Amino acid sequence: MKMNRFKGWLYLLPALLFLGVFMLYPLVDVVIYSLEEGYNSASQTYFGVGLYNFSYVLHDPYFLQAVKNTLLLVVITVPVSTGLALLISMLLASIPKLRDLFQTVFFLPYVTNTLAVGLVFMILFKKTPYSDGMINALIALFGGESVDFIDGPYWAKMLVMCLYTVWVVMPFKILILTSALASVNPDYYKVARVDATPKWRIFTKITLPMISPMIFYLVITGFIGAFKAYSDEVALFGTNLNAAGMNTIVGYVYDMLYGDSGGYPSYASAAALILFAIVLTITVINLLVSRRHVHYA
Amino acid sequence: MKISLEHVTKQFPNRNRKDKSVVTAVNDFTYEIPDGTLTGLLGPSGCGKSTTLNLICGLETPTSGRIYFGGEDVTDLPPEMRGVGIVFQNYALYPHLTVLENILFPLQNLRGAQKLSKQVMLEKAKEAAALVQISDYLERRPKEMSGGQQQRVAIARALVKRPRILLLDEPLSNLDARLRLQTREEIRRIQRETGITTVFVTHDQEEAMSISDQIVVMKSGLVQQIGKPQEVYDDPVNLFVAKFLGTPPVNVFEGRIENGQLWIGQAAVLPAPAAKPQKVYVGIRPEGFIPDPAGPLECRVHAVEVMGRDTSVVCSHDAASAQIRAIIDAENKITGETVRFRLRPAKVDAFHIETEERIALS
Repeated sequence: MKMNRFKGWLYLLPALLFLGVFMLYPLVDVVIYSLEEGYNSASQTYFGVGLYNFSYVLHDPYFLQAVKNTLLLVVITVPVSTGLALLISMLLASIPKLRDLFQTVFFLPYVTNTLAVGLVFMILFKKTPYSDGMINALIALFGGESVDFIDGPYWAKMLVMCLYTVWVVMPFKILILTSALASVNPDYYKVARVDATPKWRIFTKITLPMISPMIFYLVITGFIGAFKAYSDEVALFGTNLNAAGMNTIVGYVYDMLYGDSGGYPSYASAAALILFAIVLTITVINLLVSRRHVHYA
Repeated sequence: MKISLEHVTKQFPNRNRKDKSVVTAVNDFTYEIPDGTLTGLLGPSGCGKSTTLNLICGLETPTSGRIYFGGEDVTDLPPEMRGVGIVFQNYALYPHLTVLENILFPLQNLRGAQKLSKQVMLEKAKEAAALVQISDYLERRPKEMSGGQQQRVAIARALVKRPRILLLDEPLSNLDARLRLQTREEIRRIQRETGITTVFVTHDQEEAMSISDQIVVMKSGLVQQIGKPQEVYDDPVNLFVAKFLGTPPVNVFEGRIENGQLWIGQAAVLPAPAAKPQKVYVGIRPEGFIPDPAGPLECRVHAVEVMGRDTSVVCSHDAASAQIRAIIDAENKITGETVRFRLRPAKVDAFHIETEERIALS
């Protein structure tokens, strides 16, 4: 018995070791960094312990801008991408013939490199004194005035950022939702048909509850993914996101560590912990809401 | 509401797309199901019985032929316009809704002039629940109930709109043996009480025989025989029907008709004055054997199974490829390695060796 217990721990050791070194230790370290005031990474010294780092970060206009950007991104892209993905999956489910082809087409963004796609978006939306991108060419065609989406007004940049994010996250959601829709027992739909159930009612009363666990999964992972956005923004607006006004919370953390103003691990840690707190809060809210609306078979 | 099927045929394209041939699931089905009766569609899997049910329901449309409810031609009506209720083998209860919500569901679909007030809907739902005796479980969810109770909920949901016709697809297959017995009585009772013309599909002949007013035996899309259960059992039109009905199944021997007698091996077992001399299959029901030391048919005994009320004798004979099972009164004591039987003429049928159609012996 004792021997067995020892063996059990032995088998777990490699995983525990890795988790400890690469997960637990850094996590604890981040909390420690965030509390060390005036930490100097060169001399490895600090003045004292307190919440000053948090106060600094929360009063930093760059951080507040990053929070605003991130929140807007989350609030816009998660519902839009999930809704659109659901719509496309429903349409896919209703065209058995070309489904395979379209499924492949819709999945392509998932296997494409983020930076390459970002470049394509930049070219599509750009406006320079010499040439306009295709979107601006289209706007001009319909008599509108061209907009600099990459280096212009905030709303234009936000629009591109949201469009891009939606486009990038959709394939995975479509994949999940198509299989979720396919796994609903067709007998439910047959009975509903015999009972003369209107289409919209079938959707809201049968389809949605049946696939609600998958929708919930996508919403949770969508929220977390959008809160962690960074590389997509770099792909669109370059590395100096603060200058572009399009920084995200993760981008702020990165800048504090390595950017032009880098070398502030304490501020970075504080910002990272604030992000963690936000994500945790949102996830808990999601879980509470889901209790009433998600039905596990 | 009587249901008439006139030359109904349903063909499906072959599953293998390259194969252009079609699969005929139902072939020229013509029958009139009388009003207010319980009809069992019976046959092995793949015989077209479920397709027939779907055709009546409207989930499938026939390739050719017409379907009438009463005098009304419903062939081109979609299922929601036909006024039918259906129960599937897996019940298809909505798992996220309570029993009451499940039963209310069809009523809430009514629109326009048919729309009911909440009070009326609730009354109707409770009435349906009372009919199937699940009034105590209205607030439960389907997964909190036994299979038999779920079955009742599904029937209540199918009945709540007072359909003209009730369709049951393998209604008992998901239940254990005890519940199956109980539930089939229940289906019979509900059908009697409501008087709704009911059609159900089953592969279990005992189920079909025990509760149906008439049974339709099908094989590979073709109707083999239609009639009252006892009539079909007693007078099967061919060897397939004879084999398909009855547990234990009919015992089949190779035999011949010669000199106005039916022969199995060297034994003349029954007179057959009306039949021409030919080789035949002889089907003998298990209850057709009577132990008699002077009987013509001698079998080797393998085992004697005591079942209380009667005794089952497992034996073999050179003319029968499978084991023979005879059910005899428990008073008869079987000893020794062989047993001799005489046969009850009503329990013996002869079938043509190629067409397998029944041949009249007398």
